[in-house]
Amino acid sequence: MLQDLDRLGPVLAVLVAAGLIVLADLVVPRRREKWLAGVALLGLAASAAWMVQLIARDRQASYFSDSMALDDFTIFFTFLFIGVAGAVLLASLEYVERFGSHKGEFFALVLVATAGMMLLAGSRDLVAIFVALELTSITQFILAGFLRDDRGSEAAIKYLLLGAISSAVVLYGMAFLFGIAGTTRLVATDGGASIAGAIAAGDSGIRSALLVSMVFLAAGFGFKMSIVPFQMWTPDVYQGSPTPVAALLSVGSKAAAFAVVLRVFFEGFGADTFVGEDWKMMFAVLAAVSMTVGNVMALRQTNVRRLLGYSSIAQAGNFLVGLAAISSTSDGTALGASGVVFFIATYAFTNLGAFFAVMAIGNRTGSDEIEDYAGIARRSPLAALVLTICLLSLTGLPPTAGFWAKMYIFNAGMRADLVWLVMIAVLNTVVSAFYYLGLARQMYRGDGEPGEDLRPALTTQAVLVAAAAGVCVFFVYPIPLIEAAQRAVHAFA
Amino acid sequence: MSSVVLASVSLENVLVIGALLFSIGLYVSLSKRNAVGILMGVELMLNAVNVTFLAFSRYVESPRPLDGQVFAMFVIAIAAAEAAVALALAVAVYRHRETVNIDEIDLLRW
Repeated sequence: MLQDLDRLGPVLAVLVAAGLIVLADLVVPRRREKWLAGVALLGLAASAAWMVQLIARDRQASYFSDSMALDDFTIFFTFLFIGVAGAVLLASLEYVERFGSHKGEFFALVLVATAGMMLLAGSRDLVAIFVALELTSITQFILAGFLRDDRGSEAAIKYLLLGAISSAVVLYGMAFLFGIAGTTRLVATDGGASIAGAIAAGDSGIRSALLVSMVFLAAGFGFKMSIVPFQMWTPDVYQGSPTPVAALLSVGSKAAAFAVVLRVFFEGFGADTFVGEDWKMMFAVLAAVSMTVGNVMALRQTNVRRLLGYSSIAQAGNFLVGLAAISSTSDGTALGASGVVFFIATYAFTNLGAFFAVMAIGNRTGSDEIEDYAGIARRSPLAALVLTICLLSLTGLPPTAGFWAKMYIFNAGMRADLVWLVMIAVLNTVVSAFYYLGLARQMYRGDGEPGEDLRPALTTQAVLVAAAAGVCVFFVYPIPLIEAAQRAVHAFA
Repeated sequence: MSSVVLASVSLENVLVIGALLFSIGLYVSLSKRNAVGILMGVELMLNAVNVTFLAFSRYVESPRPLDGQVFAMFVIAIAAAEAAVALALAVAVYRHRETVNIDEIDLLRW
């Protein structure tokens, strides 16, 4: 029991830091509240340190009677979420002034959401998955409405109502999965009953029930991944919620959703079982629809954050190409699955950078409209440069990490004989270049009045540079990241 | 449950009730205009899930039959947490708009 708690340590460290912040918030004077972010960052650092020394001690463990897994997959995503949360906290230091006396609660809620994501990546039992999913979701509903202004509240209530419906849908799918397997465990290390075991041993008699359950699960998780047709909330929430929250949602929440989908479908349902082809086909169709709808809708946006919302729907479609191309056998590296993980990692740098640049500009100009971005490069060269690099990466052009991510995942699609899907994806990349590069051009147009200098705060500058550096460094030297992604999905093979 | 009742109620019966409840809940949550009405639809869906879980854990031969009942407990607890946040947000929206009608909450579109 104590050993199991030790393995949960990284999550507990984050939760303890969140609790400390809520308590300290009571005594810390209002103008010092910002320093509570330091406690939050310390909590994340403690979590990372705990993880590092866990890796040294035991690397492969299934604990809490197979509810949680400490494998390379969990480790990869734990570090990813720690990094994302740290960057969001640092970048929000300027923005939190708008929260008045609620800065402490903001930091604490970001940590709780992060803990939920970390749990989600490590869960391999339906109950644990559901609890972790709701821990992330409910905190994000609150965060989305944190400004309590007109737009924020609207975004939050839309997010919550759709989120509540989607979690009920996921649960219904889980209920059928429980009915088929007689247990909620995805895998059983002790050789007992498990969902993976029931499916591997099953025959076509359980197929229709499995398909029903699969559709319900994909619909519910699809909401979190923000794929079409479950994407309605995405642009609204990205536009209406506070910008740091939008950054956290667009990267952390999406990555967590894809992590849990990989767990449930790749580890639970399995790629080579008799339903393997069914769910891969389902994700292939969803990928094509998401990319097309996301990109076409993004073309006509006038607000940068809304544009990034539709762009993130299209990017989710790109991730799905990897899911559709999953095969646990090809070359032993599971190209499709590692493609998803690698793409998510590069997307984390890219999209965080883009949102932070938008936040840095919006903090000064007070506007997120594309027309107000004219000539912004002269007034805020750093933010404009970082945003341009990130937009290039989102398009998938060199010299950025997004280039390798797209190459990798398209290659996986070709190897899996999904030529039609890769064709659609490439066409979509062309469409996306219109609005990504259009926004970049808008920033460098000459006719904007010079105006006052819009230099962002020092911490914001630091995270901006870090994100852009990550995007560029992983273009030059992507091998370590690719290897880490391959190791991560190797846990399932 | 006594064995007499069990003999006359089959797994299918309970599953059909669950499916009906779920469909009604989904219909309510998709057709209602009022945010609180939508939440009531969601509660119906969650209870349908609970019925389904309990039915499976009672009827299906399994080495771990309690999993379903434990899951139902978690669903009940988390539904309560979600409802609390939902009502708080409904109040926040009402303060700005004097309405919780989803049609009229339309600052953000397209």
